Amino acid sequence: MPTIQIVSIAGCALLLLIVLELVRQRRFLERYALLWLFSALVLLGLAVWRGALEVIANALGIIYPPNALFVVAGGFVLVLLLHFSLAVSRLSEQSKVLAQRQALLEERQRQVEARLESEAGDLSSPSSSDAEASARDSSTGTPITSATSSNQ
Amino acid sequence: MSSGPSFLAVVPAYNEAATVGSVVRGIREHAPTFDVLVVDDGSTDDTQPIAQDAGARVLHHPFNLGIGGAVQSGFFYALEHGYDYMVQVDGDGQHDPQELGRLLEAMDADYTVDMVCGSRFLSEDQEYPAPISRRTGIHIFAFIVSRLVGQRVSDPTSGFRLYNRRAIALFARDYPHDYPEVEAVLMLHVHRLRMREIPVRMFQRGGGSSSISSGKSLYYMVKVLLAVFVGLARRRPVPGPGDEAPVAAVHSI
Repeated sequence: MPTIQIVSIAGCALLLLIVLELVRQRRFLERYALLWLFSALVLLGLAVWRGALEVIANALGIIYPPNALFVVAGGFVLVLLLHFSLAVSRLSEQSKVLAQRQALLEERQRQVEARLESEAGDLSSPSSSDAEASARDSSTGTPITSATSSNQ
Repeated sequence: MSSGPSFLAVVPAYNEAATVGSVVRGIREHAPTFDVLVVDDGSTDDTQPIAQDAGARVLHHPFNLGIGGAVQSGFFYALEHGYDYMVQVDGDGQHDPQELGRLLEAMDADYTVDMVCGSRFLSEDQEYPAPISRRTGIHIFAFIVSRLVGQRVSDPTSGFRLYNRRAIALFARDYPHDYPEVEAVLMLHVHRLRMREIPVRMFQRGGGSSSISSGKSLYYMVKVLLAVFVGLARRRPVPGPGDEAPVAAVHSI
């Protein structure tokens, strides 16, 4: 058995063991665990079963079969990286929306608290902001320059 | 207060403690019909208390989202509270609150217009005080954008803009991330909303530092050009906020 195959098998087996251990400790979400397990298993399989590697190497025109293993490994790495870029994009979009919602809620809470405080002093006056908002809805057609004409 | 259209001025500010107070006071003085909302985009200085003391409402982001996210929070707020018109006034003191009345006049003069944009380059009598490199960059964008939307757009990077309800609703759903102004012009065009420009004065920045430093301007050019052309290739460029992002694996976790 050539040295390169022993090294390949050892490397792939180590990768598989690390992945299994991380899965065992539940350090991954399942779908990342599956991606990595699949990659590690395929690589180990190719490292052990030289015949399959030679078929791949011939099909791709690779003269030295162990290089085919690197090609396959590189392919997995690319797919995983792409997957992570998508995941990071999605997470940052979601955290942006969360931050915006949180800021809006905080401001609303401030307004509600201020209103409660002022109502505590004057219980008889009803709150009117909803009524104002609906009145605004129905009034878009009116001319608007008069609103600032005092400044011109 | 219960009748007539309602107005919101949104002031995005990131570490603008030196200028945000005077911007807020300027709006309240020169355009008293506007409610003022400062979007404090995760500032680490006193932007928030200063804005509140000046009489503005404040949205405080827990961390920095960038100018696009800050302005979009303003659109959310305007939409949620049923404002009829929203104007964006930068927190660095670059925009002159005295010009707000002219933006409103332009919007009022033509009901088919959904966004009125203050342009630095339309008035002949004043030169915009900016380095030649930045002006050149802006003119390149202006040329490309004008071709794409079939209308002369002299200052596509200006953030001094007045929006009506349709524009508010569109941009609350989807507003570009990093350097949003140029892309926003194209989004309007794609969604068949109309814009026009009017000449305005702009000042040099009052303090702080621009979001576009000279070292980043090349990155800015490339990023915006990429966004422009990718945006063209995308027929419906709208994931709603809170929707699954289009890249998501749907059955997650």
